[in-house]
Amino acid sequence: MTGGAGDGLYVAVDSPVHRLPAQVKLVALVGFVICVVSTPAHAFWAFGVYAGIVVALVMTAKLPAATVLRRMTVETPFVVFALLLPFVAAGPQVDVLGVSLSESGVLGAWNVLVKGTLGVVAAIVLSASTSPRDLLTGLERLRLPRTLVAILSFMIRYVSVVSGDLQRMRVARESRGYDGGSLGHLRAVAAGAGALFVRSYERGERVHLAMLARGYTGMMPSMARRQATAAEWRRGAGLVVVALLVAVAARVVGG
Amino acid sequence: MHVPDGFLNAPTSLATGAIAAGVVGISLQRASREVRESGPALAGLTAAFVFAVQMVNFPVGAGTSGHLLGGALAAALVGPWTGLLVMSVVLLVQGLLFADGGLTALGTNITLMGAVTVLVGFLVTRGLLRAMPKRLGSVVPAAAVGALVSVPIAALAFTGLYAAGGAVDLSIGRLAAAMVGWHVLIGIGEAVITAAVLSAVVATRPDLVYVARHLQADLVLVDDQGRTTTVSPDRPVAAKPAGRSLGAGVAITLLIAGVVSLFASANPDGLEFVGAKLGFGEAAKESAVAGSPLADYGVSGIGNGHVSGALAGIIGVLVTIGVGLLVAKMASLRRRAESASEPEPASRA
Repeated sequence: MTGGAGDGLYVAVDSPVHRLPAQVKLVALVGFVICVVSTPAHAFWAFGVYAGIVVALVMTAKLPAATVLRRMTVETPFVVFALLLPFVAAGPQVDVLGVSLSESGVLGAWNVLVKGTLGVVAAIVLSASTSPRDLLTGLERLRLPRTLVAILSFMIRYVSVVSGDLQRMRVARESRGYDGGSLGHLRAVAAGAGALFVRSYERGERVHLAMLARGYTGMMPSMARRQATAAEWRRGAGLVVVALLVAVAARVVGG
Repeated sequence: MHVPDGFLNAPTSLATGAIAAGVVGISLQRASREVRESGPALAGLTAAFVFAVQMVNFPVGAGTSGHLLGGALAAALVGPWTGLLVMSVVLLVQGLLFADGGLTALGTNITLMGAVTVLVGFLVTRGLLRAMPKRLGSVVPAAAVGALVSVPIAALAFTGLYAAGGAVDLSIGRLAAAMVGWHVLIGIGEAVITAAVLSAVVATRPDLVYVARHLQADLVLVDDQGRTTTVSPDRPVAAKPAGRSLGAGVAITLLIAGVVSLFASANPDGLEFVGAKLGFGEAAKESAVAGSPLADYGVSGIGNGHVSGALAGIIGVLVTIGVGLLVAKMASLRRRAESASEPEPASRA
């Protein structure tokens, strides 16, 4: 990652997806994923259509495939869970290569894998095409409580500072021989984490006092820049409508 | 650890989303005074701390290292409501900026890893602190037990959600046993890390630890004549009941009344049914309000039975609230008339 920890997965290129306001992307992608999640697992063709849409989104957003694939590894623990499902689920059994598997378990594993994968790629499209600042203004536009947006903005602003603190403390600790390998080093690692809390807390107090000194009245100034135009909302709605049609068709027609 | 999309079905995800929104709303209200006094920067930096410390590898014995989930630690350090906000913000950033956990599973993740771990951790810690000796030394073991309990409870809550909206037909008993068994192990790691980090904070700045604030010793001042003055420490900021909770309560009640009425059966209720069976149905007198526009929970003049039922539910709640407010108003007027002769108690600054 080139940017600081506060930049998330943001990939700074110019694309139609990047230019869309964050609130439109957020609503459209959540709507899309809800449609994906409510599609019955046995409607295999529907997931092919969804995968096509998601790949098209990634290409339109000009995201490097390597970034997307690397980030998809966050799914791994649940992939393991999904692969276990055919062996532990109840219901009628089928024989595959001499191994007895549960039918509903196989379908369930497919269900978790395909929906989880589509969901994580949708989330990657959102996070890679939206800068943290745009995301905050989008959340503010979506009427997230102002206090929560303010807390979020401070977290995003300071996460790289706090991570930097942690990094320096780690270097200092390891250069004194506490590389955190054995249980005996827990005390040293935890003391670092404790000190990090005290430092962060005190920094929070200092930031607040500095804000008061500069005339902070208890309300953060609004960050929202411009409203999304009707055309932009239409583009977002298009994605949801297509997904909805596929989901409804999958329910009616079935597999 | 984050639940991805598709693990739970859409209705369950939407329901946990509503729960998460409600819980975050409540904690915004309960923490509003704290946030106003110490600023959003403090909560934001605490969130940044939790985010950073979740990435630290803690050695937890047997050559393995563990990661902190941080719910119970946040609750012990900054209190349940601010802690809940902090954890929710961390999960929001992880979901929206790092694609960690699904978009539709955001509510599930905030409910399980935010609300459940913070609240269970806090309640266990506070309960133990009430039973343990009132010393600073009690804080760390109490919080460790809180952390230990919070993780398997969150796993159990996940199992419950899975039973309600899981995609696969699993034996829930087996799933619960496996989840709790595995998460007790994770919980032990969480307890060890929480205790180690918290004891480092308690050793240097016990005044920052929320659950230890009531344990601070009195400040004893001795002047040059040898007279001693005792100054008690600042009391923690108490959450103040806010007027807006009434509004939220009304809104939720209306919503429930409206939605539940959609499903309300138009069939006679149990007692009416039994009555009809036993033959004294005819003897039952028509209720005095039978001719009223709300009779039999439907609004007359509206053809659609469902809409009419929902409207009736909402109107019923509004009327009930109106009557309640009227009674309360009359009671308070009477009390004011009685106490009019007495002097007003001096208001505290």
